[in-house]
Amino acid sequence: MTTEVRRQAAPAEPGQIIEMAWDPITRIVGSLGIYTKIDFKKRQVVECYSTSSIFRGYSIFLKGKDPRDAHFITSRICGICGDNHATCSVYAQNMAYGVKPPALGEWILNLGEAAEYMFDHNIFQENLVGVDFCEQMVRETNPGVWELAQKTEAPHAKDHGYRTIADIMRALNPFTGEFYREALQMSRLTREKFCLMEGRHVHPSTLYPGGVGTVATVQLFTDYLVRLMKYVEFMKKVVPLHDDLFDFFYQALPGYEKVGQRRVLLGCWGSFQDPEVCDYDYRTMEKWGRAMFVTPGVVVDGELVTTSLVDINLGIRILLGSSYYEDWENERTFVDRDPLGNPVDQRHPWNQTTIPKPQKRDFKGKYSWVMSPRWYDKRTGQYLALDTGGGPLARLWVTALAGLVDLGGYIKATGHSVKIRLPKTALKPEVEFEWKIPKWSNALERDRARSYFQAYAAAVALYCVEKALAEIRAGRTKTWSDFTVPKEAIGCGFHEAVRGVLSHHLVIEDGKIANYHPYPPTPWNASVRDIYGTPGPYEDAVQNTPIFEENGPDKFKGIDIMRAVRSFDPCLPCGVHMYLGDGKELQVVHSPTFGRVP
Amino acid sequence: MTRTRVEAVHIVWITAGLGCDGDSVSITAASQPSLEDVILGAIPGLPRVYLHNPVLAYELGGDSFMTWWYQAERGELDPFVLVVEGSVPNERIKREGYWAALGTDPATGQPITTCEWIDRLAPKAWAVVAIGTCATYGGIHAMQGNPTGAMGLADYLGQGWKSWAGIPIVNVPGCPVQPDNFMETLLYLLYQAAGLAPMIPLDDLGRPTWLFCRTVHEGCDRGSYYEQGDFATEYGAPQCLVKLGCWGPVVQCNVPKRGWMAGIGGCPNVGGICIGCTMPGFPDKFMPFMDEPPGAKLSTGIAGAYGGAIRALRSITKSTLNKEPSWRRKGRELATGYQPRW
Repeated sequence: MTTEVRRQAAPAEPGQIIEMAWDPITRIVGSLGIYTKIDFKKRQVVECYSTSSIFRGYSIFLKGKDPRDAHFITSRICGICGDNHATCSVYAQNMAYGVKPPALGEWILNLGEAAEYMFDHNIFQENLVGVDFCEQMVRETNPGVWELAQKTEAPHAKDHGYRTIADIMRALNPFTGEFYREALQMSRLTREKFCLMEGRHVHPSTLYPGGVGTVATVQLFTDYLVRLMKYVEFMKKVVPLHDDLFDFFYQALPGYEKVGQRRVLLGCWGSFQDPEVCDYDYRTMEKWGRAMFVTPGVVVDGELVTTSLVDINLGIRILLGSSYYEDWENERTFVDRDPLGNPVDQRHPWNQTTIPKPQKRDFKGKYSWVMSPRWYDKRTGQYLALDTGGGPLARLWVTALAGLVDLGGYIKATGHSVKIRLPKTALKPEVEFEWKIPKWSNALERDRARSYFQAYAAAVALYCVEKALAEIRAGRTKTWSDFTVPKEAIGCGFHEAVRGVLSHHLVIEDGKIANYHPYPPTPWNASVRDIYGTPGPYEDAVQNTPIFEENGPDKFKGIDIMRAVRSFDPCLPCGVHMYLGDGKELQVVHSPTFGRVP
Repeated sequence: MTRTRVEAVHIVWITAGLGCDGDSVSITAASQPSLEDVILGAIPGLPRVYLHNPVLAYELGGDSFMTWWYQAERGELDPFVLVVEGSVPNERIKREGYWAALGTDPATGQPITTCEWIDRLAPKAWAVVAIGTCATYGGIHAMQGNPTGAMGLADYLGQGWKSWAGIPIVNVPGCPVQPDNFMETLLYLLYQAAGLAPMIPLDDLGRPTWLFCRTVHEGCDRGSYYEQGDFATEYGAPQCLVKLGCWGPVVQCNVPKRGWMAGIGGCPNVGGICIGCTMPGFPDKFMPFMDEPPGAKLSTGIAGAYGGAIRALRSITKSTLNKEPSWRRKGRELATGYQPRW
């Protein structure tokens, strides 16, 4: 079990630094490029740049539009979690219009968003990240690990049915692997749940400010619940399977905790509103923020700095430095004070003016369309490059430390862990999972947290189905509240997109959008070196990542780097570029065809 | 013009338009047929299919992935279907830099623009398919006030453009594309490539006719509320949504009929106004989405008068039908009309 795989000596020259790039990076949503310098003697990445190759200009073309169109339009920012944007935009609009949806409308929205987490983490973990851990990939990058996997019994074999770690890896092979296909099918069943609540995946049809248009009947929740219980049973297999797989990597490759590791700088903006507390008023935002079923907060070096959405909001700064934009320091200030009278910085999204300046890519200067969102830590005066841990790591970490969530016997945050209780299903008894705060913020822990959060989302859904049915049975079937759009207003929405923090900031003037700036998780994670030279989280996590791959520079695939980047669940409609050979020579690396083997 | 039977078809899929990858994600939801059905050869008569899509690739990225693009450019993938996702930006409106790009030019170290890839690959492709409303007609990113000058693929390649095999651009709109609509179109093209089907039937806007010839309204199960002049006045109500901003009566799309996936979900059929996301005029001609479409005032006025009367009459008939026939009762007398002989 604990045998170490010996890494072959690197065939590189002593002290040879080789430039390598992956552009585009695959199996993510969007276009991201990662450019690195690797020291093959020390087997370590020494420098990394991430770049995005797409600009669309949402903040520009939203100007002057009817604010009620905002959620329909901003959904189109992302093709895998568009509904998170629509939801966040609805939250911001609710604040601006001063409207509170009926409780049933909130339960339906929570159930839709829970289905999104369940679906998206599932497909990303098993069908996109899983390929990095599948038999074919491990054989091609670490034959020694593959050999060991065949001899290593899976500790939870009775829960998931795979006798050895190698059996798990085989089941993850794209399309031919049994578990790969099972997960893909489960992703469809889960999207059916989503469509029941929000109409369409991935750009929902039934969300509106003031609530939802979904027709709430007993049947709606029956249809959801029977699918949910199949997912709950699936979770009882998925969580132990991933524990076995990731624990095996720590055993097989001592030091693997360094892959993708960075300082613990985590942000979570909270998820799932409690309709009994949330009134969308900025002045009570701290209170209803803390009532969310995933607690918002910022963790710095393991310490919970805040759980206040007001603190979170006022700390957001959008910096430039390496991005293709002109500065807005001397442009208009839209909001100088928040509704509580606190000053709002010129670099805050409420005051941002987006001025694109397309130019040549220069890694010594400007090299990406992504900006550099940072969080201003007023204790130290530092601009922190927070990451989201791919979403689940930050959500579970903050929720665990805050100890606020206690959800109907399904979920309990303990101050150091999160307990998730899943009821009996057709073939499996009741199960309690406990996610404990890990020692590191690294690739494997980001991936592990994802599986646990899938179970968390399922538990939230069980709770929300109960609450929704209680509304229906009491005869309260309204799902939407009317509103009028004020001439002048501001609003902000905070939510968790699947892969982490999401905020929408809205300014309305003369009944139209005067300013609108969405900040999804990937601009945080994929951000570039800012004006102070601080690298973004991908760059930071890849820099100093040790190389465990057994291939030398000639056949190098960069699997450890890719595992580090993918653990963040990149979602840029953005990529990583790969070139070899001292920055001069470009080597083409051939890989097997994806498709049916002839 | 159709080739004789081919053994294998490559699908080279550019997601690097101005898009959100939502169409790639969408097709993973398809089940009629599913991606596995096509890739694993579960459908009879199909050629072998090699899919090169960045979201779903085995390769880790970079050159190992881009190699397919270069092979296609050199004509070494024959035949291949080029799928374009996302709208096409106008790279000529600025002095330098790029709006959308994929991979790096080894000579300059600069990104290769998506437009450049379209220029290189379209002439070599057996067929070109635009997936989603961004690629077909421009969509959201081509909205009024956009900075990139975005447009649809046919705006870029030219209306009337045809592949070397004589196939016009195949447009499968939808924001995102309905999963089965795309996979079924792809299936048709694979049959055509295999020599088993004639030229794909397309309307004058490049849409597969059997998928887009009817309106949302014609397939909507709330159409009967319209006919009875019964219109919802608030979201969440089960009636026809046309007064709340639904454009269904004039939008060509099969979603309410087909559902979003496995027959579940959709738009007006489940409480979401139709915002016209399959149409060339999307989004500008449908905004503000939540206002009643201008034409609906007159039509709902007429339907309201006629439908209201019909509904009243039907309600009389309905109340009659909700009563059982009079002879079903207890007692010593048989009232059914049967003449007993006992």
